[in-house]
Amino acid sequence: MGALEAVILTIITASTPLLLAAMGELVTERSGVLNLGVEGMMIMGAVCGFAAAYTTGSALLGIGAGLAGGVFMSLLFAFLTQTLMTSQVATGLSLTLLGLGLSGLIGEGFTGLPGVKLSAIDIPVLTDLPFVGPILFGQDILVYFSLVLVAAVGYVLFRTRTGLIISAVGGNHHSAHALGYNVIKVRYACIAFGGACSGLAGAYLSLAYTPQWIENMSSGRGWIALALVVFSTWLPKRVLIGAYLFGTVWIMGLYVQALGVPIPAQLLSSLPYLVTIVALIVISGNKTLTKVNTPACIGQPFAPER
Amino acid sequence: MKKFVSSVAVALAIVFAAGAASAAGKLKVGFIYVGPVGDHGWTYQHDQGRLAIEKEFGDKVETIYVEKVAEGPDAERAIERLARQGVGLIFTTSFGYMNPTLKVAKRFPKVKFEHATGFKQSKNVATYNARFYEGRYIIGQIAAQVSKSGVAGYIASFPIPEVVMGINAFILGAQTINPDFKLKVIWVNSWFDPGKEADAAKVLIGQGADIITQHTDSTAPLQIAADKGVFAFGQASDMIAFAPKAQLTSIVDNWAPYYIERTKAVLDGTWKSDDTWKGLAAGTVEMAPYTNLPADVVKMAQDTEAKIISGELHPFKGPVYKQDGSEALPAGKNLDDGTLLSMNWYVKGVDGQLPQ
Repeated sequence: MGALEAVILTIITASTPLLLAAMGELVTERSGVLNLGVEGMMIMGAVCGFAAAYTTGSALLGIGAGLAGGVFMSLLFAFLTQTLMTSQVATGLSLTLLGLGLSGLIGEGFTGLPGVKLSAIDIPVLTDLPFVGPILFGQDILVYFSLVLVAAVGYVLFRTRTGLIISAVGGNHHSAHALGYNVIKVRYACIAFGGACSGLAGAYLSLAYTPQWIENMSSGRGWIALALVVFSTWLPKRVLIGAYLFGTVWIMGLYVQALGVPIPAQLLSSLPYLVTIVALIVISGNKTLTKVNTPACIGQPFAPER
Repeated sequence: MKKFVSSVAVALAIVFAAGAASAAGKLKVGFIYVGPVGDHGWTYQHDQGRLAIEKEFGDKVETIYVEKVAEGPDAERAIERLARQGVGLIFTTSFGYMNPTLKVAKRFPKVKFEHATGFKQSKNVATYNARFYEGRYIIGQIAAQVSKSGVAGYIASFPIPEVVMGINAFILGAQTINPDFKLKVIWVNSWFDPGKEADAAKVLIGQGADIITQHTDSTAPLQIAADKGVFAFGQASDMIAFAPKAQLTSIVDNWAPYYIERTKAVLDGTWKSDDTWKGLAAGTVEMAPYTNLPADVVKMAQDTEAKIISGELHPFKGPVYKQDGSEALPAGKNLDDGTLLSMNWYVKGVDGQLPQ
């Protein structure tokens, strides 16, 4: 396995959890809800995924459990912010704290146990091709799913009626309500979708990335995903670029260190953040496009006027 | 009424005195951990030491621990809280707790503190460390014997002397077998981050390292090594359960004897501030069972271990050359503890520059 091949495979693994969580949050924010609890949902997905996989021995069941864990947390958030109309920012932050703590509690008995690894697919002839084999045909299913997700979200948001409704609810919820759409219901659905994706991202961490459970293993990836969504102006293709750019610069930083190039390690670890922010700002230079895509009602609670 | 109040006061006084007397009998021993007990590495081993104290002294002690305390201002709060709770002996188990420990120690002169891997002592702060570099020298030799590519990967945490001397000891050991042995180092700037450690392991393996070792606390690098079919060494505890076919050995920290000794000293009233730095000879450092190795390599490792224990061999024995070629230690001499504790240079043979 050549060095370049190894690097690319590592980059894909590093970028996938960010991409999964960011896509979910993108849909949530498009519907006008700012869910800062991505980190909490992700870590709950990780612990639920690991727990289920460890007890049943099946990584697939683990993925399902991770998804469920994320959805559970997000529905909690949805109930508080949509039905009880608490502040979205405060509730989202609390969700993160709750997720981190609760996952630690649940994961107490699972710390340090060797995990079940989500295996990569193996297509008889294709996977064995020299360079492209492992990269294109030898990934685990969640990697392929993340790419399909980008295409699917892009399609649904911009080419279907459902997407139009979501954008309407996020752009002007009062008008959407006046047109007869159930704003709260749409937001519930989008929040749950966001939770599912974050949960999947978490399950990826504990089942494919480092198959074990350690407290706080998400290490701030939820926050990175959140930032990616905003900096890429809520456009799926840009989120894809952002996630992979972050992953690439991160892995290249380690690579450069290992080569012995005399750049300080601390600078190399800050580069992914700097480069991704700068790149996304540059891409989002078109102000009109940015304005069009920003969900105008983001963060505002919806109270149907009687 | 007066009689009633005074008799209640007397009763309360007796109760408190009895309480204090029984509390005075039991020594509270506290522990501040930098990671989770479940890391199966650094913190896990300290906790084994704590359990050993409980086993040894039974009813005479009560142990408390706080895990995952971040180095920095949080640490001071956690240490102080333990001191306030009446804990008599506090072990702070990470280098970054040095200044917080000293600060709290000043405010609580009656409480005794033991700071791991530090270098500042005071009247009620003792320091202790283990000569891990002895273990690193041995695994360096094993690595050079086993590696086919002649390149090893080292996942390092922070560029402090502790870590640097480990890297240097490793390469010096390797060079006794293969003078051209190469070492690639990646700094992850964390003691414990499974994701980063896994990434670092993948990158090192991708660059041709076929032996991985680490100075970070999670089992992730071992798992990645097992996944990719290369060998690796565990860190701080025996991590064989995570990589039965990939772990060659592990440097195990055995704090139990030291912890029991110091607790006994406090109970006997003979505790004094000191700086303890023991290694293989005292049993503070142990090598995990040698696995997945050919018999002759195991013998070589055991011989080296015996020589270090007897004092015949010192890992940092001259001549030792720095990366820039200058002589750090003339032939025949052993490096003194002081230089080891402030080591901030690489030995020749390490790829890359040491972050300052």
